[in-house]
Amino acid sequence: MPIVWLFLIVMAIAAIGYVLGRSRALQSAGGDSRDLHSLPVFYGANVALKAVVPAFGLLIIWLLAQPLYVSSQVSQTIPDSVIKEGSSRSLVMAEVRRTAFGLDNAVAQGDITEELARNARADVADMTQRLKDAGQVVTSNITQPVLMAAQSYRILNSTGYFIMSIVVIAAALLGAAFSWRQTHSEYRARNVVEQGIRVLLLAAASIAILTTVGIVLSLVFNTWEFFKLYPATDFFFGLTWSPSFSGRGGSSALGVLPLLWGTLYISIVALLVAVPIGLFAAIYLSEYASPRVRAFAKPLLEVLAGIPTIVYGLFALLTVGPLLLGIFGDGGLGWMKAGTAVMTAGLVMGIMLIPFVSSLSDDIINAVPQAMRDGSYGLGATQSETIRQVVLPAALPGIVGAILLAASRAIGETMIVVLGAGAAARLSLNPFEAMTTVTAKIVSQLTGDADFASPEALVAFALGMTLFIITLGLNVFALYIVRKYREQYE
Amino acid sequence: MNDMTRVERQVDTNKIKLECRDCQVHYGETHAIKDVNVDIEDKTVTAFIGPSGCGKSTFLRCLNRMNDTIDIARVKGSFKLDGEDIYDKRVDPVQLRAKVGMVFQKPNPFPKSIYDNVAYGPRIHGLAKNKADLDDIVEKSLRRGAIWDEVKDRLDAPGTGLSGGQQQRLCIARAVATEPEVLLMDEPCSALDPIATAQVEELIDELREQYSVVIVTHSMQQAARVSQKTAFFHLGSLVEFGETGQIFTNPVDPRTESYITGRIG
Ligand SMILES: Nc1ncnc2c1ncn2[C@@H]1O[C@H](COP(=O)(O)OP(=O)(O)OP(=O)(O)O)[C@@H](O)[C@H]1O
Ligand SMILES: [Mg+2]
Repeated sequence: MPIVWLFLIVMAIAAIGYVLGRSRALQSAGGDSRDLHSLPVFYGANVALKAVVPAFGLLIIWLLAQPLYVSSQVSQTIPDSVIKEGSSRSLVMAEVRRTAFGLDNAVAQGDITEELARNARADVADMTQRLKDAGQVVTSNITQPVLMAAQSYRILNSTGYFIMSIVVIAAALLGAAFSWRQTHSEYRARNVVEQGIRVLLLAAASIAILTTVGIVLSLVFNTWEFFKLYPATDFFFGLTWSPSFSGRGGSSALGVLPLLWGTLYISIVALLVAVPIGLFAAIYLSEYASPRVRAFAKPLLEVLAGIPTIVYGLFALLTVGPLLLGIFGDGGLGWMKAGTAVMTAGLVMGIMLIPFVSSLSDDIINAVPQAMRDGSYGLGATQSETIRQVVLPAALPGIVGAILLAASRAIGETMIVVLGAGAAARLSLNPFEAMTTVTAKIVSQLTGDADFASPEALVAFALGMTLFIITLGLNVFALYIVRKYREQYE
Repeated sequence: MNDMTRVERQVDTNKIKLECRDCQVHYGETHAIKDVNVDIEDKTVTAFIGPSGCGKSTFLRCLNRMNDTIDIARVKGSFKLDGEDIYDKRVDPVQLRAKVGMVFQKPNPFPKSIYDNVAYGPRIHGLAKNKADLDDIVEKSLRRGAIWDEVKDRLDAPGTGLSGGQQQRLCIARAVATEPEVLLMDEPCSALDPIATAQVEELIDELREQYSVVIVTHSMQQAARVSQKTAFFHLGSLVEFGETGQIFTNPVDPRTESYITGRIG
C-alpha cells in the first residue's frame, strides 16, 4: 500500500475521531457545553491528536529502520565466495538493490509477472534479458546469488511494508479508541491538547537540531578520513595549495593557510566597505530622513539584498574589475595585473553586504526609545551628539550582531569570489593580486570527476569543517558581545 | 499653607522670564492646547495642575521646543524668553534647551553609567574645566537630586539599573547639572516616596533663589507647598492662572474649585 494511502487513512481516522470525541464529550455533559471542563473542540482535538501522533511516529521510525534491517538480513545471505577480488560486500549489495528495484519496475510495467519475479528457480540469463528488455538498468549479467538475494530483498521489503501498514493503522485506531473512551465532561482535554502541541513544537525543534548534528557528523567523519590520508600538520600549517589532479599521487600540497588568508583578506575589504556605508545609511534613514524619503529609500536599499550573488559576480568580473584595472593597472599606477583581485571581490562583496548592515542596524536604531533621544535633546544636545553618545551606544549590541552576521556571510560567500578574485591560492599582502578563498576551493575540488576516496576530494570536507568552526566561533563571539552589553545597558 | 502669605509678597517684585501668548498646539487633527496665555516669572515656582490628558505636558514641551521632535505636532503663538521669541528662525533650539532644561514625566536615564548620565550635559556644554571640576559638578548635582547617598559607591553602575524612583532623581540631577535658567519638571515626584519627595521639594525651593521652575503635578498639596503661581488647565484651555494662595483658597472659576476639591479629575 503506498505511503500516501496510509497517510490519508490515518488522517481519516483522526477526522472521524475528532467528530466522535467532540460529540461524546457533549453527550456526557448532557448537551450543555458549559458543563464541560474544556471547549468541545478540545475533546475532538484530543482524540485526533492521539490517533495521529503515535501512528505517524511509528511510521517514521519504521521507514527509517526497515531498510537497515532488510539490508543486513539480505547481506548475511550472500556467501563470501560471490564477492569477487577487488569488490566488496557493499558493492554487491548495491547490485542486489539495483536488481530488486529493476524487478519492481518491471513488474509495475507489466513486463514480468509478480510470480516470475518471485520464482526462486527462474533462469538467470533469461531474467537478465527480460529486465534489459523492460528498459531497466542492469549493469552486468546478474548472477544466481544476486538474483536470489534481490528476490529475498523484495519479499522482505514488501512484507515489511505490509506489516507496517497494519501496525500504523492499528496504532491510529487504538489511539483514537483509547482517547475516545477517556472522553468525559470532567476530562481536562484542554490541558492535554496544550501538552500535545508542546510535544509537536518540541519535535520540530529537535528535527532542526538533529539535522545540524547530522551535517556536522558527516563533516567530521569525512574530515577524519581525510586526515588519515593526509597529515593534519601539513593541512593546517602548509603554506602552499597545489592539488594535483592526476589522482592518487602524493604530489599534492594541501595547505589551508593561503585559502584562509584569501578568505579573511577579502572579507576584511568587504567589511571595510559595508560597515561604514551601511551604518551611515542606517543612521541617515532612521534619524535624519523624513518619513517620505525613508519609505522610498529603505525598500530601494533592500533591493540590493535581493540580487543573486552570481549577478554580483558578473558585476565584479565585467564592470568593477576592468574599472579598477584602468586605475591601478599598467595603464595607471601599475599595481594591478588583471581584473580579478582581492580588491575587486572585496568591493563587490562589500556592496552586497551594505543592505544587511544597514537594514538590520536601521531596525535596531529605530528600536531605541524616543524617550532616550528626548532626554538628550532636553539637555541641549545636538542631533549628532545625541546619536553618537546616546543612540549608538544603546544600539551597539545589535549593531555588533549585525556586523558579525555580515562577516559570516562574507566568509561563506562563493560566487563573487569565484568570478571576481581569481583562482590562484596565494599568500600576499597586495590587495590588487588575485587570491582565492576556502569556499571557492571547496567548489573546485568537488566539481569534475573527483574520486571521493582521494585526499584531493576529501580535503573539501576538511575545508568545510574549518570554515564551519570559524563561523561558529564568530557567532559565539557575537552572542558573547551582545550579552555583555545587554547586561550593562538593561 | 501658612507660609503662602510670605511667598505672595515676594512675587510682585519678580520680572517676567517667559511670556506666552495665544498658544495653540495641534497634534494632527487634535487641538491639544487652545489660546493659552501664561507668564512664567523669574525666581518663581509655577505649578501646572489639571486632570490627566488636559495638555500640561504638551504645554510644558512648548517652552523648550521639545515638540519639534514630534512630527505631527504644530505649535502656534508667541513664546518670549527674556523678550526674545524662542520660535524665531534665528534661535537654535539646541541652545534654547541648554537654557530651559527639562525633567521628563517618564524617567529616561541614558544607557550609561550614573556618573556619565550626570556629566552628559556639562560635557556637551563644556561647563567643567577639568576632571576634578566635573567630579564636583556631578557630586553637587547628585546631592541636589537627593540621590547622592544611594549611589556614591557605584557611580560606574549603569543608570538604567536603578529603581524607578532613583532613576527619576537621577534625571533631576542630570537636568540640574547643566545649570538651566528655567527648569521644566514634568511630574518629578510621581514615583518618589515621601522622604525623597520632600528632598526634591527642598531642591525646588533652593533653585528658586536663582532660576525659575515650572512643575507639573497631580498633587494639590505639592502645588500648594512649593509654588507661588498656579495654572489650572482643563481640556486644553487655561482655566485659571494666579497666585497659588488665591487659587487654592479662593478660586474664581467654578471648574477650578471643583478640581481642587476633587470633583473633576
Ligand atoms: N505625541 C502625541 N501625539 C498625538 N497626540 C498626543 C501626543 N502627546 C499628547 N497627545 C494628546 O494631547 C493631549 C494632551 O496630552 P498631554 O500629554 O499634554 O496631557 P497631560 O496633561 O500631560 O496628561 P497627564 O497628566 O496624564 O500626563 C492628550 O489628549 C493626548 O492624547
Ligand atoms: Mg503629562
